[in-house]
Amino acid sequence: MTPTTTTLTTQSSSPTASSPTATASTLPVAPVSSDKMIVFEDVSKFYGEILGVNRVNLQIAPGITSLVGPNGSGKTTLMNLMTGLLKPTQGRISVLGTSPEEPEAMFQKLGYCSQFDSFPRGATAREFIEFYLHVHGYTKQETAELAHAALERVSLVEAADRKISSFSKGMRQRVRLAQSIAHNPSVLVLDEPLNGLDPMARAEIIRLFRSLADAGMYLIISSHILHEVDMMSDNVVLIHNGYVVAEGEVHGVRDEIEEHPIQILIRCDRPQILAARLFEHEHTVEARIHDDRNGLFVKTRRPDDFYLLLNKVITEQNLHVESVAPVDDDLNAVYQYLITSDGGQA
Amino acid sequence: MSLTTEIREPNAATDLKQPDMSRARATSWSLWTRQTLAIMRLEIKKNFLSRRALLLYLMAGLPLVLLSALALFPPPNDELENFSELSQVYAAIYGGLILRTLVFFGCAWVFMNLFRGEVVDRSLHYYFLAPVRREVLVVGKYLSGLIATVLLFSITTVGSVVILYFWRFPTESARYFFDGAGASQMLAYLGVTILACIGYGAVFLIVGLFFRNPIIPALLLYGWEWINFLLPPFLKKISVIHYLQSLVPVPMSEGPFAVLVEPTPAWISVPSLLLFTGIVLFLASLHIRRMEISYAGD
Repeated sequence: MTPTTTTLTTQSSSPTASSPTATASTLPVAPVSSDKMIVFEDVSKFYGEILGVNRVNLQIAPGITSLVGPNGSGKTTLMNLMTGLLKPTQGRISVLGTSPEEPEAMFQKLGYCSQFDSFPRGATAREFIEFYLHVHGYTKQETAELAHAALERVSLVEAADRKISSFSKGMRQRVRLAQSIAHNPSVLVLDEPLNGLDPMARAEIIRLFRSLADAGMYLIISSHILHEVDMMSDNVVLIHNGYVVAEGEVHGVRDEIEEHPIQILIRCDRPQILAARLFEHEHTVEARIHDDRNGLFVKTRRPDDFYLLLNKVITEQNLHVESVAPVDDDLNAVYQYLITSDGGQA
Repeated sequence: MSLTTEIREPNAATDLKQPDMSRARATSWSLWTRQTLAIMRLEIKKNFLSRRALLLYLMAGLPLVLLSALALFPPPNDELENFSELSQVYAAIYGGLILRTLVFFGCAWVFMNLFRGEVVDRSLHYYFLAPVRREVLVVGKYLSGLIATVLLFSITTVGSVVILYFWRFPTESARYFFDGAGASQMLAYLGVTILACIGYGAVFLIVGLFFRNPIIPALLLYGWEWINFLLPPFLKKISVIHYLQSLVPVPMSEGPFAVLVEPTPAWISVPSLLLFTGIVLFLASLHIRRMEISYAGD
């Protein structure tokens, strides 16, 4: 997206989308040097006859840009295309003037924290990061310094010499993050980077992303949790069925979130008591007890206020809560809204 | 790890500037060399200094164990009692067991796993996300496999000779190796082993790249190499074993049904194998440049 984009604008639509107003347009290319932007030019990717992404035109400026869409919408495909792990069926991609066809140039500027949760067998966190810094061509001393700095950034120094196989999911996520930022790239691509992290670690990582973006980096982050996207992003790109359906500054999406209640599933004992208390909250739209009677679906227009209230009720009623998680269906409702109406149009 | 530990915020002035690293100053060739060496070190550590290498060590050690057992517990009507027969005995052991079976399967195990193993482990993308030319990756991985197999099977080749000859006939063997043809024969066997690792290594590297389940093509190749002695002269030459067999100092008897052809001279065999290896590595590089990673179905 160009820095001048100020509103959520609808892009090309999928052939199956029912929006009468969605146009098969391409993003007007702003007169900005492609050496300073990440550019997707009419990029398509097909897996045989299956669509990955289609006719994507984007210009991404510094800051945090979130790729948002339901599972299978094409977010990871877009990231893998950008990093050369996949080749486009057609179109051109440029990352600050370099092409994924020239990894030796591009990956000096780019780090990718993918979703592949795998590591070389038997490696410690430090060894893992150092292995691949050596492959960059750094000397032993440079490698040691860069690896240590990266581990420090993600708070893994104390665990650095433990085998990764003994790590929790959240720690493994941090190791991969450290590996992707170790060579101080200008562009950081992160595929669902908050998956598996507990709330405190999420907050810390979001703060790290924010500070990296403030320092002038390009962060491209995929997520299917709109609430998190809202918290950290400067810009969003909404993807649905392989098509970029809307893009723009984050306040556009925030408006959509506020207009459309999100649904949250709370796994707990005594869901009836919880439901009764939550209905006291004016933004609670709906509360429905789960079929197994061990959970409660709640729809709310104000998730932040809702979570505060939930904490209060749990404490007051001494409820035993197993989990609290947004339910994807509601996110899909927002997407559907953007796809099938003028909602996303400025 | 404490979750309350603060994540250090980056310092724009220091963290984001590319440090004055020697990498930036390096010329292409010196950078490629450094990257190749880094890949080799990493591959050797991952593949040859780990439990995964156990089968390889067992294969390389098998002839040494068998020959030691034969020396310790000689069978009745022992053919190894006659010193003059030992070169024929070694030719049979080398051609039948070491070259055609152990070096073949050892190379299959090592070289097919260089890329295939990483796809199965879902770790190949880390290389693809590094600023390294994919050709350099192919060369680095190939050389790491080559170093490991050459080292191990050279020990097998020389160790087998030493055990076979010196265990029972130390005096005659010393004379044979230091004053006779023994040393040159042993070096010739060693050379064939190295060439076998070079040739089979390239073949199995590309097999591992092209086939999702490379076991079947490896077994088909094994069959093809074994029936080589039955093939007509033209087909014999479409194999690695034909050129290797032409170079061994004492030919192995191939039985009454063998189709006899003149061995290919060394000045053709050696460059042919090296040229073949170069072509295969070039094809592997082309393939790896276009390779995509999704790990789906792997």
